[in-house]
Amino acid sequence: MTTTVRDAFETMEYGPAPEADRPVREWLEAHESAFGHFINGTWTKPASTFEIMNPATGKRIARVSQGSKEDVDAAVEAARAALEPWQALGGHGRARHLYALARAVQRNARLLAVLESMDNGKSIRETRDIDVPLVARHLYHHAGWAQLMESEFAGHHGAGVVGQIIPWNFPLLMMAWKVAPALAAGCTIVIKPAEFTPLTAIAFGELVASAGLPAGVLNILTGDGETGKLIVEHPDIDKIAFTGSTEVGRIIRKATAGSGKKLSLELGGKSPFVVFEDADLDSVVEGVVDAIWFNQGQVCCAGSRLLVQEGIADRLIAKLRARMETLRLGSPLDKAVDMGAIVAPVQLERIRSLVEKGKEEGAEMWQPSWAVPRDGCFYPPTLFTNVQPSSTIAQIEIFGPVLVTMTFRTPSEAVALANNTPYGLAASVWSESINLALDIAPKIKAGVVWINSTNLFDAAAGFGGYRESGFGREGGREGMWEYLKKDRAAARRTSERPKRTSSRARGSTGAFAAPFIDRTPKLYVGGKQSRPDSGYSLKVTAPDGTTIGEVGEGNRKDIRNAVEAAHAALAGWSRATGHARAQVLYFIAENLAARSDEFAERIRAMTGADGQAEVDAAVSRLFTYGAWADKYDGLVHQVPLRGVALAMNEPIGVMGLACPDDAPLLGLVSLVGPAIATGNTVVVVPSPTAPLAATDFYQVLETSDVPAGVINIVTGARDILVATLADHDDVDAVWYFGTRDGVRAVELASAGNMKRTWATWEPKDWFSRDDGEGREFLREATQVKNIWIPYGE
Amino acid sequence: MQAKSEPALRLARSDTPASAPSGRTTHLTDIDVERNPGTPLDLDIVRGLRVNRSAVERRAATIPTRRTVKKQWQAGWLLRAITLIDLTTLAGDDTPGNVKRLCAKAAHPLRPDLAEALGVADLGLTTGAVCVYHALVPTAVEALAGTGIPVAAVSTGFPAGLSPLEERVREIRASVAAGAREIDIVITRAHVLTGNWQALYDEVRLFRNACGDAHMKAILATGELATLGNVARASMVAMMAGTDFIKTSTGKESVNATLPFSLVMARMIREYFEQTGYAVGYKPAGGIRSAKSALEYLYLMKEELGNRWLRPDLFRFGASALLTDIERQLEHYVTGRYSAAHRHPMV
Repeated sequence: MTTTVRDAFETMEYGPAPEADRPVREWLEAHESAFGHFINGTWTKPASTFEIMNPATGKRIARVSQGSKEDVDAAVEAARAALEPWQALGGHGRARHLYALARAVQRNARLLAVLESMDNGKSIRETRDIDVPLVARHLYHHAGWAQLMESEFAGHHGAGVVGQIIPWNFPLLMMAWKVAPALAAGCTIVIKPAEFTPLTAIAFGELVASAGLPAGVLNILTGDGETGKLIVEHPDIDKIAFTGSTEVGRIIRKATAGSGKKLSLELGGKSPFVVFEDADLDSVVEGVVDAIWFNQGQVCCAGSRLLVQEGIADRLIAKLRARMETLRLGSPLDKAVDMGAIVAPVQLERIRSLVEKGKEEGAEMWQPSWAVPRDGCFYPPTLFTNVQPSSTIAQIEIFGPVLVTMTFRTPSEAVALANNTPYGLAASVWSESINLALDIAPKIKAGVVWINSTNLFDAAAGFGGYRESGFGREGGREGMWEYLKKDRAAARRTSERPKRTSSRARGSTGAFAAPFIDRTPKLYVGGKQSRPDSGYSLKVTAPDGTTIGEVGEGNRKDIRNAVEAAHAALAGWSRATGHARAQVLYFIAENLAARSDEFAERIRAMTGADGQAEVDAAVSRLFTYGAWADKYDGLVHQVPLRGVALAMNEPIGVMGLACPDDAPLLGLVSLVGPAIATGNTVVVVPSPTAPLAATDFYQVLETSDVPAGVINIVTGARDILVATLADHDDVDAVWYFGTRDGVRAVELASAGNMKRTWATWEPKDWFSRDDGEGREFLREATQVKNIWIPYGE
Repeated sequence: MQAKSEPALRLARSDTPASAPSGRTTHLTDIDVERNPGTPLDLDIVRGLRVNRSAVERRAATIPTRRTVKKQWQAGWLLRAITLIDLTTLAGDDTPGNVKRLCAKAAHPLRPDLAEALGVADLGLTTGAVCVYHALVPTAVEALAGTGIPVAAVSTGFPAGLSPLEERVREIRASVAAGAREIDIVITRAHVLTGNWQALYDEVRLFRNACGDAHMKAILATGELATLGNVARASMVAMMAGTDFIKTSTGKESVNATLPFSLVMARMIREYFEQTGYAVGYKPAGGIRSAKSALEYLYLMKEELGNRWLRPDLFRFGASALLTDIERQLEHYVTGRYSAAHRHPMV
């Protein structure tokens, strides 16, 4: 029966409000609904195609091509050929191109929005008001970074040919997040959109072509995981950027281990949404809607764990249920729905089975009374109460519109629950007390924290995770680093390596001399010297092969103990003021200088090099990080809201440091300095060829007010010990300077907890103040947390 | 304020469900809610209210983007909007002449051919009320005789509300005596700005008593209350003091009705309703000139409070130019051509 004006007047119900899909249908028809790849500026003929479905209708809307090895090779080759001229174009030239792309997206905004909605199932409101405007925003913002590249990133250049693999939940937006910084930095690109949702990437490719981006700079391949694998493993790609599941991220980490490829990973999450009793509860309810029912909950940073202070839990749940009753779910192209379709039947099935699991485990499920459309992939908003941290649904990322609720009693319990997850992508904190909110934000292990808000994104603020949510940032200045490499040649120029002196230059007269009093170097763990668990020692030899000492042979258990000691020290050290940390670093330098003759002699004996120069450089390096300790400031990003986004440099946590062979003392100091200056605690594995400088060094530490456990030293077989560190789930980052095989082993083992690694076999010039110290080291020792603080009374 | 475990609309006719559409009723005000008698002032509740401005603005900004009505639904909603208008003139140069014209428009807000084309000619739609200064109340009462349309009078030293208290009370009584069935009072903003909730409560209580059977709308002058927190607290105190409606503005402040103000006030109405079971009405006023803008307020009410707050006994627009824009949009719906203001009898 047709609704009359009068019916509507009386019932005051919403009618249908469909967005027209004709322009998209015409676009598809013009291509006969079949697409090839975009390689070197031209489109290939559709081949080995697979079907693309509209999840809201279950109908096929297009066929796209499965990228083969030949396709990937051709795309990489095109990108490689375009790299040099693209970099040579300069920042301003690239800025013009990015600007043109931003404008092209704006001119075609509605087509992209409708296409995205049909391909993915998300509501037209979201694609129109959020996804597509943010795409343009990212392109604009990065046009700016391209323009400023030479001045703001002096001494750096684009990382090369990058391979990018993006997910289905924000297909075009994730493409922009990937493409914009890469183009700005001077990289060329091979990108693969998700197998479920490739159509807006293809439409973007058409815009790219008509906007005049040079052929080969951006290549788009469609396909499934096999195509992605070919990209990841391609030997001529310099960097991989991936957004997707932690499971696939782990596979990519392993596949690229030891390849020398740069890697950034934006992975899953189970983000906490923390509500204190003094929050504006009505606004909290809308926050929850934006957190978990945005994009049907298929959001990596979705606030999927609602943590509520116990006293207000019943009231909040009642308000939430009332709100859920008024959510509207339906055709994604209806302009008046809150929720659209789930991306694909397989995802719908996953959500269903996890919800069943939650019920089986005793959690209480609640869904609104209204009915969900029977055709198409739809799932209603779902709320679980009576959930325990041990429940599957409290641990596993569901990636659907399912919220689990738990209560807490105190702020510290809220933090503990928030951090009780392997993930660390985002968090939302609700309180009207600035003291409370700003106290909690830094304590939550997450790359993004939203105060009294949620799911805010902007090109000016970095986005990315802690822990198993990945590493690297997208957006802002911090995001640009992911696509940059240091100009090595420039760094080398200032190097002043000390001349090697003969190991017999001093102290070898041929006459008998009284021996030194025997010293037994030990391990240094938790502020105490300790014997190695193994009970064995390793000989240390001079360059001429003579034995000059023995050090303890550390093993797994020694590493375990050292990591525990480092953890015990972490809370205190990471919260110490920069000033306090600076004092410790200067004091270490002072005490090292006082014993410089002894260290110089030891180095000369072990390496034959001019020990004095190395000690002097080490003292200077410690001064450098004493200087930095209270100066490595974060940023205040200019995001488009009344408020600020604070980009805080936070310590990563417990770091494992494997020292290089070529400068036994300076190498060690060069790693320990930035790590502890920024508030990390460390487990150091000294160079196996010259470990005595390290064991002498702990005596310096003991006299320098270094709190117990901040620096721990375990001597032994470096590459074996560092593998244990890389494998350790409670170590947050590993640095390794050694062999290529060692790099591979470290990167492979790091996939366990997706810890950050900085591993290279390329030699560093430790004596250079350009190459051997400074911001590069500080960046690697920290992770950026963006805290969004909207304000206004 | 006493919490009720199961709040429910207090309906004068208990057999009429609150939310279900009531069939083809021409007199929406027939389903009366029980008047809010007020509660004792509970400062714990008032001081415990929390409003986060940025979050409120974010929600308010997405209400118009999350909801829309098209085609016959839009026409139906706009017809409803007409019935919710307090057709208003509050100018220093008001005379019996322009007020009579206003009243005639209130009684016949839609050109007969349009009403016919829309299939609602038999409903005899009128605006919700006519709103004037005290001096014009007799004119309006006379002009509206027999239409059933109530006359509302702005009162209590409107718009600033700073005349002597006893005069303000006398003004209410005079307007009621002259036939005004609704009284739009203004509060003393200073009570809010100095946090003197007791004084605000006493003042509103006094006015409510002076109104007697006339329905009272408390104008908070939200644009002068500085913060959304103050808007929330003033709303709650006015409801505790027994107001029938809370209303945003006099139309004379530099900022009048906005969606964020409305969101905060609607949430307070919900809070009060959940606590006491009494439904208080809402009236945004000032600056609502377009049909599109009016629909946005209706989305907000429907989303936050439900359909019951889309009837004239619980919702009004304080507006005048709005009506002409609604007529233009309705003519467009009927003819498919864009309309012009001069094609509709002027307000």
